[in-house]
Amino acid sequence: MVSTALQREAAARRPRRLITWELWLLLPAVTYIFLLIGFPLLLSIYYSFSHISVGRRDFSFAGLANFRALFSDQVFLQALRNTILITVVVLVVVLVLATILATALAERFRGRAVIRYLLLLPWAAPVVMSTIAWKWVFDSQYSVVNWVLRRLHIIGPFEFPQWLGVPSLAIISIIVVQVWRILPFATVITLAGMTAVPRELIEAALVDGAGFFTRLFRITLPIIRPIIGVAVLFTALFTFTDMAVVWILTRGGPYNTSHVLASWAFQVGILAGDLARGAAIALFMLPALAVIAVWVLHLVSRETAQ
Amino acid sequence: MSASSHLRPYLIKLVLVAVLAIFLAQALFPFAWMAITAFKRDSDLYNPTNNPFLFNEPPTLAHFRLLFNETKFLRWVANTAGVGLSTVLITLVLAVPAAYALSRLRGRLGQQLAVAIFLTYLVPPTLLFLPLSQIVSTLGFQDKLWALVITYPSLSTPFVAWLLMGFFRSLPQELEEAALVDGADRFTAFRRIMLPLAVPGILTAVIFTFTLAVNEFIYALTFVSISDLKTVSAGVPTDLIRGDVFFWGAIMGSALVVSLPVALLYNAFLDRFVEGLTAGALR
Repeated sequence: MVSTALQREAAARRPRRLITWELWLLLPAVTYIFLLIGFPLLLSIYYSFSHISVGRRDFSFAGLANFRALFSDQVFLQALRNTILITVVVLVVVLVLATILATALAERFRGRAVIRYLLLLPWAAPVVMSTIAWKWVFDSQYSVVNWVLRRLHIIGPFEFPQWLGVPSLAIISIIVVQVWRILPFATVITLAGMTAVPRELIEAALVDGAGFFTRLFRITLPIIRPIIGVAVLFTALFTFTDMAVVWILTRGGPYNTSHVLASWAFQVGILAGDLARGAAIALFMLPALAVIAVWVLHLVSRETAQ
Repeated sequence: MSASSHLRPYLIKLVLVAVLAIFLAQALFPFAWMAITAFKRDSDLYNPTNNPFLFNEPPTLAHFRLLFNETKFLRWVANTAGVGLSTVLITLVLAVPAAYALSRLRGRLGQQLAVAIFLTYLVPPTLLFLPLSQIVSTLGFQDKLWALVITYPSLSTPFVAWLLMGFFRSLPQELEEAALVDGADRFTAFRRIMLPLAVPGILTAVIFTFTLAVNEFIYALTFVSISDLKTVSAGVPTDLIRGDVFFWGAIMGSALVVSLPVALLYNAFLDRFVEGLTAGALR
């Protein structure tokens, strides 16, 4: 008590500085983050309302012209639909599989650490390298998937499904790779939640004769709902903002049917040089990002409220 | 009744083994496929009647010879290492002081600043690459590795600052205060007392940042188009092609050589990264 009173007195005597040493230490990082994230973000919003292109630095105001043009751009509309479809499907599949896998990994068995480590490799490996391996798995002529399907007589001996060459199959291939890549990440988060569930609760439920599914759906999952929220949030974020998987697997093909917002923005903004139109396409990611940001703020405020 | 309850533990074990086996197979399959392809002769690889899972002809190192001697792969590895290390350095210079400051700021301001910095981690590069391409070319960094060195820390600094803030908070403040009372200035107290204690956290930040630089694709693709200056993530998918023909053996070799060390390293620290993301939701 005495020491805190003394400290308070000392603090009152010290001259009050507007900028404390903490803020000076933060200044370089905050400045840098503003210059490379905040400023470009504002710039990309401005681009989308301008005429700017790679050859022509025409910053004049274009109003909604870029956005109006987008709604008659069939590839853009397809890319928007694909982005939503891929994100939703990946989210659902990842959540179901992550719950199954985390439930299995929550058991105690020999070799658990090794198996867990191996199961996490798809998330730890560089996405470009693993996606290019998938591109070879889905090769037009030498696809190992087709070889297996032919051996199992699911497809005929002279059938060669073009995994990356048929619109619907291309989307399925993209979903497969995204699920493969993100599943370990969602599993680790779900597992961390499951191991934090108090054992007494589970044991009490066992005593009451609750079966496996009752325990999972009535106790474990409701308790870990906030942490599943984190898994949902980042799975969605990593899926709908990603360009590497789509670009390496299909480049948006065949016939620009498998583009997502990011890859079509790259095609239009960089390869075709129409920065204004490209920025307008990328900007359609912003509403979803805003939702995610609000969600994060909600999680944080919940934490500080407790 | 008694028979089924007798069998029950075995049944659970069987289901567990089956589930884990299926998940393991799908997780490891692409890596196995890299390895099988990288050591196979072209005549074996491109024969559709061969069983693709087996070595129908003796394995070969030809793809690795091609990769190391006749492509720019080693150059790309060197570029990646250079960019990665520079990114790590810049990130630490920016994020360590920021994290320390955030961990000591009391009250609402500290919390708000920390959350604001974390929120910038959510802004994806796919939203920023178009204006950044103009900024990079205005600065004269187009087709220079500098373009990557100055932009990559923006992907790592927000998360690393957040991660290290949590770490500094967990360290006992009394040690530092004792040093301050003994007459050390704040910088000396930080350098002598806090920094050595923070080494495990900083190591995590180093691994996170370096692997991020190896991983990054869209900035590398946008800012650098000269083959000699590419990183592995941009070079392997775009330049290991002759005309329309992919060098699958060499490509899978390079994927294997890059993936394994990065994945093994990152994996060892994965739990700490996830802790950074879930901080709060677990409490």
